[in-house]
Parts: sequence; C-alpha cells; structure tokens
Amino acid sequence: MLRTRLIQAASSAQRAFSTSQKALAAKQMTVRDALNSALDDELARDDRVFILGEEVAQYDGAYKVSRGLWKKYGDKRVIDTPITEMGFAGIAVGAAMAGLRPVCEFMTWNFSMQAIDHIINSAAKTFYMSAGAVNVPIVFRGPNGAASGVAAQHSQCFAAWYAHCPGLKVISPYDSEDARGLLKAAIRDPDPVVFLENELVYGTAFPVDDKVADKDFVVPIGKAKIMRPGKDITLVAHSKAVETSLLAAAELAKKGIEAEVINLRSIRPLDTATIFASVRKTHHLVTVENGWPQHGVGAEICARIMEDQTFFELDAPVWRCAGVDVPMPYAKTLEAHALPRVQDLVDAVLKVLGGKAGKAVAANK
Amino acid sequence: MSFLRKSVHILGSVARRQQHLKVIRGAISTAARDYSSKPADDYANFPGAKAPFVSKLNLIQPEDYAPIPIYRVMDQDGYIADETQDPQLGREVVEKMFRDMVLLNTMDKILYESQRQGRISFYMTNFGEEASHIGSAAALEMRDLIYGQYREAGVLVWRGFRIDQFIDQCYGNTEDLGRGKQMPVHYGSRELNFVTISSPLSTQMPQAVGAAYAMKLKPNNDACVVCYFGEGAASEGDAHAAFNFAATLGSPVILFCRNNGFAISTPSHEQYRGDGIAGRGPMGYGITTIRVDGTDVFAVYNAMKAAREYVLKENKPVVFEALAYRVGHHSTSDDSTAYRPAEEIEVWNTVEHPISKLKRYMVHKGWFDEDVENEYVKDIRKKVLKQIAVSEKKLKPNWREMFEGVYAEMPQHLIEQRKELEKHIEAHKEHYPLKNFEK
Repeated sequence: MLRTRLIQAASSAQRAFSTSQKALAAKQMTVRDALNSALDDELARDDRVFILGEEVAQYDGAYKVSRGLWKKYGDKRVIDTPITEMGFAGIAVGAAMAGLRPVCEFMTWNFSMQAIDHIINSAAKTFYMSAGAVNVPIVFRGPNGAASGVAAQHSQCFAAWYAHCPGLKVISPYDSEDARGLLKAAIRDPDPVVFLENELVYGTAFPVDDKVADKDFVVPIGKAKIMRPGKDITLVAHSKAVETSLLAAAELAKKGIEAEVINLRSIRPLDTATIFASVRKTHHLVTVENGWPQHGVGAEICARIMEDQTFFELDAPVWRCAGVDVPMPYAKTLEAHALPRVQDLVDAVLKVLGGKAGKAVAANK
Repeated sequence: MSFLRKSVHILGSVARRQQHLKVIRGAISTAARDYSSKPADDYANFPGAKAPFVSKLNLIQPEDYAPIPIYRVMDQDGYIADETQDPQLGREVVEKMFRDMVLLNTMDKILYESQRQGRISFYMTNFGEEASHIGSAAALEMRDLIYGQYREAGVLVWRGFRIDQFIDQCYGNTEDLGRGKQMPVHYGSRELNFVTISSPLSTQMPQAVGAAYAMKLKPNNDACVVCYFGEGAASEGDAHAAFNFAATLGSPVILFCRNNGFAISTPSHEQYRGDGIAGRGPMGYGITTIRVDGTDVFAVYNAMKAAREYVLKENKPVVFEALAYRVGHHSTSDDSTAYRPAEEIEVWNTVEHPISKLKRYMVHKGWFDEDVENEYVKDIRKKVLKQIAVSEKKLKPNWREMFEGVYAEMPQHLIEQRKELEKHIEAHKEHYPLKNFEK
C-alpha cells in the first residue's frame, strides 16, 4: 500500500517537475524558470553568491529550480550537502558571516523546522546582537505551504512563523514576475531573507513584460501589488491564495461586484500603506491565505487596521479566509476542502458586503 | 528524513535515471565512480565503504580499539619529558603566556564576585582551562577567525582585548563593543577577528565550518577558522553536522573541543560513550585528529601549530581535543559542589592547575621571581577593581539604539515606533532614569 502511494506521489510530483520542452509563447515564463534565471543572473553578477542544499547540484534541485546551474558554475558555486537542515543552514550562516552570499535551499520549508534555530537565533539576530559588527546576508528559499497529497508534515505554510521575527525579511511571491524580481532583490539584500515559494505553481507559465527578463530587473521588497483594481471590496492574499482571489474576483464580477485583489508579495515588512489605501476606497476587506488562521497573516492585517484610522473606514468587520485549523488531511478531497476555495471566498465576500452585495447584484441586472 | 524526500528520490531513479547518469558521467571520470567489485578479490568496493571481506562474524567492541593517546610536553612538575618537544619559546613569550593566564584568572575571580554582589546579571569563569586558551591562541595568527562558545576569554586576552573592554562588555555600557545588547561574557571583536558569542549551544560549529569554507574560496587564502566548543556541546545535532560538513566540504577549520569533564552538572561519562570527542574524528568522520593535555600550555601550543599548518596545507579540518578540568562552577547560576567532591576540585585547582604547571617550568628555568609575580597579580586586581568602578558609572548606550541593527536599513515601522517612544519619553521624562543613558 505504502509503495503504491509512494509511486502515486512520485508520478504526481513528476507532473510538477516536468519542464516543458515546447517553445513557450512569447512573453510567457514559468515560475521555475523565473527562479532559475534569477539564480543564474545573480551567480553571474556576484561571485560571492553560491547555492547550497540537498540535491541542488548534480540532481538540479529536487524541484529543478537550480537546473543547469551546477554544470554552468561548478562545485564551488552550487553545493550538494549531506542531509541535515540544521547543518547546512548553519554552514550558510557562517559563510554569510565570513562575507559570502549564500542561497540556502530547503527541499521544502517544512524541513526548515530542523534549522529554525540558525534562521532565527543566528541569521535574524546576529546583526543586532553584535551591534552591527556581523551581518548575515543570506537567502533561505524553497517551496512552502500545501503541495498535493503529501499530508500534514509536508503541507505547512511558514509565512506567519517567520514573519513573527524581527531581523528577517519574509517574501511570498505569487507569479513569475514576483518570483524573479523578488528573488534577485532578496539575494542583493544585506539582511537575511526567508523566500517562500509554492511548488504547485513552479510549472505554471505566467505572462511577463519584456522588462522582467532584464538582468537588473528587481521587485522592491516590502511593496504589495494590486493585481486587479476594484471598488467594492478588497481581497488581500499571498502566494497561491492570490490565484484563488483572482478567480473569486472573476466570479464576483459576474455578479456585478468589483473586488480589488492585492498580492502582498512581502509578508515582512508588510505593505500596510497599500492595504489601507485600498480599504479607504472599498470599505470592505477579506484576507486570504492557505496557512492556519490563528496568529496568521490575516490576523495581523486585522490588528494593523484596528490600530490605524483605517478602522473607521470599514463598513463591515474584516473576514479571514484561511486554511482549516487542523493538520492537513492526506485524503485528496479533504485536502481541497481544508484550503480556501473560490466558492469560500465568494461566500465570504457576499457575507461581508451583506445588503450591499444585493444592491450590486440588482444593479447588475 | 521523510516521505517526500523518498518520493523525490524514487522519481529520480525511475523517471530521470538516464539523464542523471549522463550528468554524472559527463562530470566525473567514470573511474572515480566505478563501484563494481573485481573478480577473485577479497576486498570490497561498495560505494559506501571499501574494506576487506571476512568470513568470520565479529561484533566489533569499543574495547577493541586502544584509546587515542594524550600528547603532553610538560609533566606535573613542569619538566619537559622529551626535549625534542620543547617549543623553545623565549622567556618573553613564556612570560606573556603566564601573565595572560594569571590576568584571566584574576579578572575571573573579581568579576565572578561582582555578579554575586548583584552588580552584573551573569558571569562565567575560565578556571582550569587557561592553558588551552592561551596555548592555542599563541599558535595562531591574528588573521585566523575565532568562533567561541562562551568560555574562551583567554583567547581574547592573548589577542589584546583589554581589561576595560572585558568589563565594559559585562556592564553593557556605552563603551561596550556590543552596545549593551548581550548578556555578560558574550564578547566579540571585529578588530581581533573574534565572532560575537551567541548563546544557543553549538550553533557556532556549523557556522565556523561555513566560514572556513568561505575562506577556502578566497584566492591565496592563508587563514583558518578555529571553533571552540565543550564536550557537552558535542552532543548537539549541530556538532554532528559540523563534523560531517567539515570533512565533506574540506574546510580549513580546527574543531577545538575543550573537554573539561562537565556540562553544567553532567560529567563526561554520562555525556557520551566511546573515546571522548577525539575518538569520533578519524574513524567516525574521517577527520585528522589530535588529543592533548589541556593543562599543558606547551602541548596545546605545539599541537595547535601543527593543526594550523595541516588545515591550511591540506584544506581539511582537524578535530582537536584538549582535556582539562572545569575548576569553576559552570556559571554564576550553578554550585558545582552539589555534584562533585570539593577535594577533587582542589586537586585540579592546585597540582594539576595549568598555571601552577607553567609556574614550575619557569622556576626551573630561573625565569620566575615570586615578588615580581605577586606584584603583577596585585596590580591586575587593582586595575580590575578600578575598572569595575569606572565601567559601572559609564552611561548606558542611548536608548534609541534598541531600534538599530535589526536591519541594515531601518524599516518604516521601526522609525515610527522610535518616534512614538521619543514623544512618550519627552512627555513623561520624569519617570525614566534618562540620566543613566547617553544623550
């Protein structure tokens, strides 16, 4: 039984790994290629940059994000490590202290719990506790959050965990533009950065502008992006939940409700200015994330609004759409229901809008 | 480690076998990767190990191995047993060694008392380990980078960290290089190439290996990293990672275990089985290993010289175990007489004490003048006591600094918080001890 499941998982994983050889239509880029080209650019730009992690070199990365880089840059720049997150995270911190700029890949962020002491107690705090004598420019990256059929221990979102800690910058990109621009910015940043990718979108091709392919294209850390403007309600999301929000916004548009979708991009620092400006316009807010609700990103946004004048702009309480408060179920159907779905968002928006939703729907008719 | 990892590997073996093999063949000569056993050969050639085949089943016992011998130069009475091992240090160097050890010992006694009097929150003494600090530091170059655990103040003494710098750090005042952001004894100095001490145990170990790896990448590198840790710290997972990575990455790092017999109250015989920390080096991790008498400053010095030469020449690590006895309590939060007899401590504090041994050597050489040395101790005591009075009165760093150093550039939310605090303090200044802080 277990073996069958392993093979199933392997073949489903294979779908995620597949790197299409088809010539992609112009101005399309997969998230995997966005990350890969960002790493390539930065390895070429700065010889202090190197990649380390399990399977990153000869095997091209468990999810092929570092594909071709070992062949191109060799053993000194792309390093396969023995299996110990605690160990190679520590190695990366030491190398950063000694002047290199490591990009430390976790096969998934779930395994970063083994290394969390190095990330928080060493990477995030050393600059402060050495009174500025030692800085730790480092990027920890890898897939985060629920994947597909990999059960509770491989399906956790770490955005709230790491965003809790001063000293870290926490990035959660959604599409290819985010992934490329933010990873390049993260590698150039003088502070330690936690870079939370999503395995399920690695193979997804997104349309990109020409400027995204530019060697010096970077997306500023700490700035959110409005993915879709709207006047009736604001949906704030990060990572794959941005996709859910965009789909929900399309559904809502059919009902005559114009939702504004904000892609947070950075969890810490949190771009409250963009959120507040949007809420001042729409007067309604739903937060969307695939992580758990308690002390989550949505909870933080609610608190920030209440501490600000923006609170008085709200016409209804804020609603959080988050993962269900249980360890991720393994069963496929349960897994799907444990994460916010498009319908959940539509329902939440209608509830928050209350009578106004009815009016909008009526006006549309 | 996990299910997902396995799935990834299965994928690799099933779907990508061809490509994977091509990558390997393309990159590395096939000879290096040829694991096939040769016919009619009783020597195995598995990828995981090369060893002879035997047809007799044998449970290998720890006792089958002789313990790694302990290198020493000087006996208890300060005589050099084998003249070829005399490092031939001049009188000036030996005097500096002795006086640095005495300085450390004297300063420790007073700062320990100052914690007992409630003047500082915490302190850790170095009693009994002075020789391993001074002997190892003396064999290094200033460009070598030090990662300490927390009980390596002697290395800083040798490198020129001043009494006022030690005491200012313990008092967290405005002259403290750490700007009052750390507990006492968490020293650090960029100038002296000493990485600021970090409290979590053993995290310095993989970090040191990483730093050494970074050094190796520099062209014409002529510096190594020395990582100090206790035998208790060697039980942490980080220690394993550090040993394994040092070996596999080929890092020029000296992994210096100060085996002082106790991890707080846990004696080394409860801490591990096997032949100490040195025993893990050659067979366990494939690392060149040295074991020395850590109460013999010359043994530590000679061994450290050899270790440094080796790691730089070979770009490989060394495991260095210095055996000593922690004469003091673990920290000011501990009373060690609760778990070990006072008589035992007394032996290590007298005949076996590294300072006594070096003193006897100097006496034989005719380099020791009792009056001069007594005067030196008195002088140090005076300096330390005076410095405590001075350091205590120094202002604390400006309170605004608590927002600094979180990020290279202060983010907006911290700028706002600092402004808020400034306004608050301006409005309620009579309730705050502002006169104690730098303006």
